[in-house]
Amino acid sequence: MSPILGIYASQISGHLAAPGSYYSIATQTVSGATSSVTFSSIPSTYTHLQLRITALGGQNGNSLSVQFNGDTGTSYSYHYVTGNGSSVSAGGYAGGTSLFGDAVGWRNGYPAALIVDIFDYTNTNKNKTARALNGTDANGSGEIALNSSAWYSTSAINAIRLYSGGTFNTGTFALYGVN
Amino acid sequence: MTAGSTYTPIATYTFSGQSSLTFSSIPNTYTDLILIISGSGAGVETMQLRFNGDSGSNYSYTRILGTGSSASSSQSSNQTAAIAGFMDNTQFVDIVQIMNYSNTTSYKIALTRMNVPSSGYVGAWVNLWRNTSAINTVYILPDSGGTFNNGKATLYGIASA
Repeated sequence: MSPILGIYASQISGHLAAPGSYYSIATQTVSGATSSVTFSSIPSTYTHLQLRITALGGQNGNSLSVQFNGDTGTSYSYHYVTGNGSSVSAGGYAGGTSLFGDAVGWRNGYPAALIVDIFDYTNTNKNKTARALNGTDANGSGEIALNSSAWYSTSAINAIRLYSGGTFNTGTFALYGVN
Repeated sequence: MTAGSTYTPIATYTFSGQSSLTFSSIPNTYTDLILIISGSGAGVETMQLRFNGDSGSNYSYTRILGTGSSASSSQSSNQTAAIAGFMDNTQFVDIVQIMNYSNTTSYKIALTRMNVPSSGYVGAWVNLWRNTSAINTVYILPDSGGTFNNGKATLYGIASA
C-alpha cells in the first residue's frame, strides 16, 4: 500500500492554533558532552517565550537549571509536583539561585525533555513567571514533574542560560517566540 | 536569525466513532510534533500510543496522576505502547509533545498532559520509545476497545531555526 500523507479514513478540517503566532528564534544543537547552553540577545518583539529541550543525560541524577540575564543571585522561587514512578511529592523554595531548582533528573544515555513557558518576558513593570513540564524515563526508572517559578526582577529578559552540575549530550535546545 | 512562523497543522481527524487514529507519512521537516486530542469517547479508557507500527515491548513510561482526591505515580517498563492520555464519555483533552522525532541517533521521548475534567483526572506521562528510527507514523488506540466519538485530533509540526 502506498503511503497516504496525513490521515486514514477521516475528514480533514480546521486546525486548533492560529497561524503566524509562533516563531523559532534560535536553536543550539549539542553533539558532545556539554554543561551549559546560553541564548543571548533575545529580541523583545514577542509576547511570550517557549524553550523546548531534548538531550541525553551524561550522568545519572544530574539536573538542569535555568537563569535569566546572567543573574546568579537568590532571585528565584519555585514550586513543583513530581512523580518518580513510586511516589508523588510536592515542594517549593524561595531564595533560589535558578529557575525550577533541579528540574530534569537525567538518566545516563537516556533522553530527557523540558518544555518551559516564559510569560510576558519584556514587561518591565512586574516580576517574571514561568512554568515547565519535564521528564525522563529509562525503562525501569524515571520521573515526571510540573513546575512553576518566578524571577524577582522587572528587567526584560534578554538572555537565558541553561546549565547542569554534570553534562548532557546529543540534544536540541530550541527557543521560540509566541505572540 | 529569526525564522518564519511555525507550529503548523500537519493533519486533523474529525472523529465520530473511529476505533483508532493513524497519522501516517509524517514529513521529517519539523523538529517536534504536538498531538492534540479533544472530544469524547466511549468511556474512561487509557489511550495507547505507538510509533511506526511498532507493537513490540519497546516502550516505557513514568506517570503522575491526580484523581481529584489523591495523587500517585507509577512506572511501567517493556510495554507494547506508550500512553497518549485518557479518554472519557463526556470531555477530555490530551496533548502529546513528541520531541526531536526525526533524529536517528537517540531513543525517542514524548511528554503527555491529560485532562478529563468531568471525571476529575489530571496527569502527565513521560514516554520512552527505545528506537532510534525517525518517527513517520503515530497510532492511537483506546486500550479497552472503545471509540473516539466526537471531537478532533490534530497533529502539528514545530520547526526550529
